[in-house]
Amino acid sequence: MFAQCADPSALNGLNWMLCYLTSGTHLLFYGSFGTVLLLLVLTAPLALLLGFLGALAARSQIAPLRWLGRGYAAIVRGVPDIVFFLFVPIALDQGIEWLRSRFLCDPSVPVRQGNEFVVCAPAKMPLSVSPEWVHDLYGVGLAVAAFAFVFGAFAANVLYGAMGAVPRAQLETAEAYGMTPRQIDRRILIPQMWTYALPGLSNLWMILVKATPLLFLLGVEDIVYWARELGGSKTTTYAYPHGDWRVWYFLALLVFYLLMTWVSQRLIDRVAARLSRGQATLAGEALRKTGTPA
Amino acid sequence: MKNLLTAAAVLALTAGAALAEPLRMGTEGAYPPYNFVNEKGDVDGFEIELGNELCKRIGAECTWVRNDWDSIIPNLVSSNYDTIMAGMNITDERRKSIAFSDAYTPPPPSAYLALTPDADIAGVVAAQTNTIQAGFVAESGATLIEFATGEEAIAAVRNGEAEAVFADRDFLVPFERDSDELVWVEGQDRVVVGEGLGIGMRQSDTELKARFDKAIADMKADGTLDAMIVKWLGAEAKTFAGDATGGDAAGADAVTSDAAAAPAQPSN
Repeated sequence: MFAQCADPSALNGLNWMLCYLTSGTHLLFYGSFGTVLLLLVLTAPLALLLGFLGALAARSQIAPLRWLGRGYAAIVRGVPDIVFFLFVPIALDQGIEWLRSRFLCDPSVPVRQGNEFVVCAPAKMPLSVSPEWVHDLYGVGLAVAAFAFVFGAFAANVLYGAMGAVPRAQLETAEAYGMTPRQIDRRILIPQMWTYALPGLSNLWMILVKATPLLFLLGVEDIVYWARELGGSKTTTYAYPHGDWRVWYFLALLVFYLLMTWVSQRLIDRVAARLSRGQATLAGEALRKTGTPA
Repeated sequence: MKNLLTAAAVLALTAGAALAEPLRMGTEGAYPPYNFVNEKGDVDGFEIELGNELCKRIGAECTWVRNDWDSIIPNLVSSNYDTIMAGMNITDERRKSIAFSDAYTPPPPSAYLALTPDADIAGVVAAQTNTIQAGFVAESGATLIEFATGEEAIAAVRNGEAEAVFADRDFLVPFERDSDELVWVEGQDRVVVGEGLGIGMRQSDTELKARFDKAIADMKADGTLDAMIVKWLGAEAKTFAGDATGGDAAGADAVTSDAAAAPAQPSN
């Protein structure tokens, strides 16, 4: 990055450290924090959406839809997360490639040959000729799908419970005004359930933040991968030899995760206050007494 | 008719690709000097240079893909990449699931590295998981502890978790050279356990294997492969030319029988 870093062996002290911390691998390490944030930003709304649909399905009057919603929450919550983190990306990847191979390859050739999963070149996803960033993005996409699938099931259960916690009197009043069931859902039930859902959802968010190191298991080069890779002792084969520095790298990760959860908690507190306004709950009552405008 | 169309489509696609067939080369990127990530963030090392040269010779356009050692074979057979060059020894066990090119190194010696030359190699020994060395330690009767990377296995010796680490000698050499505390275990620094490193490929890629075999044979014949071995693995590493003269092989055999005798010693 800097001109004086061209020959690392001639450096010492602060200069060495400066060059070391701006080496190509370290830039990739810093970039991987972005990967983690990208995963969070994409996964959270997607999981919430899946959870919302799951909760609605679980409350549905139509039996098969209800079974689907309840089954989804029950199965995913009952099976160890790690199984789904390993299963979903592989199943999605091979499913997509199988589908593509049925159209783009000779359909008489099976994709499973012995212990191998092989599709013809044009059906590969992404294509072998695609640049590396496409492969990386595809990997993150599969990871997002796996995370959203798992966390969506937990969110579905939280939202299902929250919908059941909205006081019956509120819904009855709406009925008395002559609203249809759909109107009641949209105008009364859903706006009011969030205050009951928030504690559960905030737990999920915190768990999601702390689950991101699982990315490393999915082959995405995240901050844990790089901390382990860069922290391990380096012999003179490398340009910047050093001893076992893993403890410092993992300390940096610890600070990062603490910061993440600290910021998250402050945001959640604000959202909780906002959602409690005008609610027939203790928190809502406390807000009313302090005179916060409703 | 439909088959004809498919054939035409395949022809058209392969004709376009024939200029430079894309190949994705899987490697671990954590096994210097064979393969590692250099300070620029690119993969580098003996196998990278060799792989790029082989690709040039077979007329393929190669890109390197890093993958954890642990899942490197499963991800090959599920077609995430097309080859493995990751310091992988050719073994019968691995031949059951994947095919190998001809070896591109002579059988590499493995070694025990420890804090003292008289370390008890029948005690707790660290090795990288799923390596032939791990298998060797397990069969030797010693207590095996496995680590995801070779570097972590060495760290286990440094912090006293293990008595010794057993790994490819060429991988351990820089650690022994750089460190004041790590030394070879007396008489256990040249144990031959593998058949040599080979390029792992899917068993269905027979045509690719033939092309790689030919390119490797060419590189052996014109001496470029030996030159690369000396460049990356050091002047004392075994080369094909040195192997052919027989001097080295005899020495290696003697040590192998030593190693075989070692586990037979009473361990408690």
